[in-house]
Amino acid sequence: MHGADHGYNSDIIEVKGLSKHFGKLKAVDEITFEVKEGEIFGFLGPNGAGKTTTINMLTTLLPPTSGEARVCGFDVKREANEVRKRIGVVPQEYTADEDLTGMQNIMLCGELYGIKRSEVERRAKDLLKLVDLADAADRKVSSYSGGMRRRLELAAGLVNNPRLLFLDEPTLGLDVQTRTAVWEYIRQLKEEYNMTLFVTTHYLEEADSLCDRIAIIDHGKIVKIGSPSELKSGLGGDVIQLTVDNSADLTDAISRIELVKEVKKVDSSYRIKAVKGEEAAPLIIELIRSKGLHVTRISVTKPTLDEVYLEYTGRAFRDEEDPSRVWAQRMTMRRARA
Amino acid sequence: MSSSEKKLEQSQMQVQVKPRVSKEHQYINPSPIHGLWALTNRDLRKWYTNPFQLFMSLIQPIIWLGLFGKALDFGAIFSSSAPQLSGAIVSSVFGTSSYFSFLAAGMLTFVILFTAMFSGMSIVWDRRFGFLNKVLTTPVARGSIVMAKVLSSVGRSLVQAAIVLIIAIVLGMDTSKMTLLGVAGTFAAMFLMAIGLSSLFVMLALRSTDWQTQMAIMNLLNLPLLFASNALFPSKFMPDWLQYIVKVNPVSYATDAARQLLLGSQGIASLAFDFSFLLGFAILFSVIGIVMSWRYLTK
Repeated sequence: MHGADHGYNSDIIEVKGLSKHFGKLKAVDEITFEVKEGEIFGFLGPNGAGKTTTINMLTTLLPPTSGEARVCGFDVKREANEVRKRIGVVPQEYTADEDLTGMQNIMLCGELYGIKRSEVERRAKDLLKLVDLADAADRKVSSYSGGMRRRLELAAGLVNNPRLLFLDEPTLGLDVQTRTAVWEYIRQLKEEYNMTLFVTTHYLEEADSLCDRIAIIDHGKIVKIGSPSELKSGLGGDVIQLTVDNSADLTDAISRIELVKEVKKVDSSYRIKAVKGEEAAPLIIELIRSKGLHVTRISVTKPTLDEVYLEYTGRAFRDEEDPSRVWAQRMTMRRARA
Repeated sequence: MSSSEKKLEQSQMQVQVKPRVSKEHQYINPSPIHGLWALTNRDLRKWYTNPFQLFMSLIQPIIWLGLFGKALDFGAIFSSSAPQLSGAIVSSVFGTSSYFSFLAAGMLTFVILFTAMFSGMSIVWDRRFGFLNKVLTTPVARGSIVMAKVLSSVGRSLVQAAIVLIIAIVLGMDTSKMTLLGVAGTFAAMFLMAIGLSSLFVMLALRSTDWQTQMAIMNLLNLPLLFASNALFPSKFMPDWLQYIVKVNPVSYATDAARQLLLGSQGIASLAFDFSFLLGFAILFSVIGIVMSWRYLTK
């Protein structure tokens, strides 16, 4: 429906063989992926994996070394300004001007998009209301708390009614409550504005509950793309652990249940791998009851993205890299940019 | 399903597929310099809404004017050794009735030089605080980002120069040859110099994230620009090699124009040359600044 206006079909981001080198360091190495219009796309990886470099290329801040990236149907290198008009960006750091009020910040942002003053004013008021900052609109940003500043950044990123919003670590450094609140806003904004979201995050549980699809990037390469459930089911399903008040062997009977893939018996406990744990569990309980026995304890565990991450990158997600290596990498990047 | 229900469903569907941004273009100002004033005003606002900063930026040139202008009373040297000749000597050396008047004209360019120097600093801060990154993701012209820094610095420095001039007059600057047209001409010269110098300092700061380096660059350039000019002392008494530097230094020509227009002094060059030089300087450096912004103003 926006074909003529925006020049894309269904993929709002198309990336082919995109690379960014800083000297010898391949920060992003030949990545290829698409983001469909309307989805929440999560971009995951440890520090220094290439997340922010990728976002910087997609938002026209950094020119790619090679490869191609089209955002909203326009080439990020040759048609950067067309891309800029159509996207919203909420960077990792707080970018608002502390000496201005919240309202003035949003107004300034809107004017940078060339939106007429009267219209910017109307939108700024709406957006500040949306992120619950209407009462603080005329206060200087220097008096805002971390959560308030995050919300202000969100509002500023929306002033041009973007079709696609980039969020770089939107909850980094916030406490758990504020994080939940920020995600609530993001979800609400997506509903309200029907946007596509491109999100990088450190928090796997957030990516799991929010994203339609996830790409895991490590050492500049994408190692896996898929929906959270696809990625998790790739690991072999849920784990059901149960204890029975009798040591009779039920292994054969349980493994005949269709959803069950694997059964292990340890004393009177069973460790069962099943495709849909929450559906398999009642069937197993019924089966055991029908034999005149009782289940005394049961738990269903879903595989987490942490495990997915470990599986594909070979290291735990929160393992920081060797600090000296990160520093050396930063220096290389700085030298290459200078 | 009744027909009214069908209609309801249809209308809901229409609401859902209504293109939200189809009217977006009607709100867009197509001007290629959109955002320039918004960015300029942002920088100016920091200055005029902060009384302390405003006060501090004015106090420095006033202190210089008072201490330097009054303490270094070269006229007194002559009047103590040759009282009957001192008036003629001062007038032939400084081209006006006192060193204070001579310095006051130089102080105008001094104020502008120092304000221009900080225009580069503010882009370094914007980069460090992430504000610049945010601006770079918007479709505002890269050249506007640079020119906003230049224009806010120009606006600020001209206001400061005006205040310095008023204070100099109050403190005893020679006004016998001052005309309204002369003052206007002086400010035109100051305007051109401010554009060129601010562009230069912004340009040097385009890639910098490091304010210490920037401070070092500023100091390295600033004092030579000030001392290798006629702002504080007449250049005709300087050694030859220094005079060559004075002759390519835009600060000299702005000061020279100011002295000719405000004090009626004999210039080191004709007024026409002063203005041509300053105009060329302003155009050259603002164009270089804009062209560099296209290439170097990235993350």
